[in-house]
Amino acid sequence: MAKKGDVVIQTERCKGCEICLSACPQNVLAMSDKVNSKGYRYAVKVNSACTGCTNCAVVCPDGVITVYREK
Amino acid sequence: MAENLIKPENLVYDKTKVLTDRVLHYCPGCGHSTTHRMLAEAIDELGIQGETIGIAPVGCSVLAYYYFDVDMTEAAHGRAPAVATGIKRVLPDKYVFTYQGDGDLAAIGTAETIHACNRGENFLIVFINNGIYGMTGGQMAPTTLENMKSTTSPRGRDVKTMGSPLKISELVASLPGTYYVARHSVHTPANARKTKRAFKKALEYQKEKKGTCLIEVVSNCPSNWKMTPIESNKWMEENMFPFYSLGDIKAPK
Ligand SMILES: Cc1ncc(C[n+]2csc(CCOP(=O)(O)OP(=O)(O)O)c2C)c(N)n1
Ligand code: SF4
Ligand code: SF4
Repeated sequence: MAKKGDVVIQTERCKGCEICLSACPQNVLAMSDKVNSKGYRYAVKVNSACTGCTNCAVVCPDGVITVYREK
Repeated sequence: MAENLIKPENLVYDKTKVLTDRVLHYCPGCGHSTTHRMLAEAIDELGIQGETIGIAPVGCSVLAYYYFDVDMTEAAHGRAPAVATGIKRVLPDKYVFTYQGDGDLAAIGTAETIHACNRGENFLIVFINNGIYGMTGGQMAPTTLENMKSTTSPRGRDVKTMGSPLKISELVASLPGTYYVARHSVHTPANARKTKRAFKKALEYQKEKKGTCLIEVVSNCPSNWKMTPIESNKWMEENMFPFYSLGDIKAPK
């Protein structure tokens, strides 16, 4: 079974570009309904299927995402 | 209850310390941002943060020196390869890179680019090709595709009167001074990782004093292309990549 992972999203730094959404093979991410203080909708976790593959974090232009994976 | 995985021993990806904590000024989804991080990660993984000197251009990435936590300087528009030549000749054991857009490198800086490559100056040129002048509002660049609209080619680039788009990488690859020339992109995780590998190779060749390395990153400009970031990446795949094909252009055997 794939390892379990988790992501931490610095929502205040997110610019709502949505590039991370399609990069996630597990469809973990979606856009918020709320906006951050800059007025951007931000990426949020919508399930716990993350495997810690780091795809979203690598492709996020603004380096918003930190990734953890079980050892 | 699910186990809490968010603890230091499980950390697998965090922003590199070669980038400062400043919020990037680039537009949402801009490839400049991702390219900065891939270059910073390459510097980090090679352990050369203290040995690296960067030269920022004029263009959207004019403020690159705020983001790379290495010694940086700023060059007049297009002159980064000339400034890099001076720095590298005085400090030959440092790792030197320029970071330049297509207006900077391929229009106003054509002479500096070509002559630095022809002299085989031993530094890395990072070349961001988004097909337009981004910072000044989307004017036509030498790299603008045939029939591509820009503010100065509102009916599309007419190659009869405006010339054909310039393939800088192929052009400099033909010069004996260049050692490694490749074209990449950063719009998917796989492409971004390949770009980082290319930066690392180029910096390793620099240590071996092999000659000029130029890595072109075909990039998007959602704001001036007037698209969402996702649309701009799709447009780039469909329109830029067929002309600016990705991969090695000149690579050592
Ligand atoms: C000598 C000089 N001429 C013109 C300008 C105006 N200018 C600023 S940025 C720019 C174009 C930058 O475009 P590019 O290099 O493609 O970078 P991008 O902004 O797309 O990243 C121009 C013409 C300038 N600053 N200095
Ligand atoms: S890629 Fe980064 S900036 Fe863009 S929506 Fe995702 S987390 Fe936000
Ligand atoms: S104007 Fe274009 S190139 Fe400049 S930061 Fe915005 S998206 Fe990037």
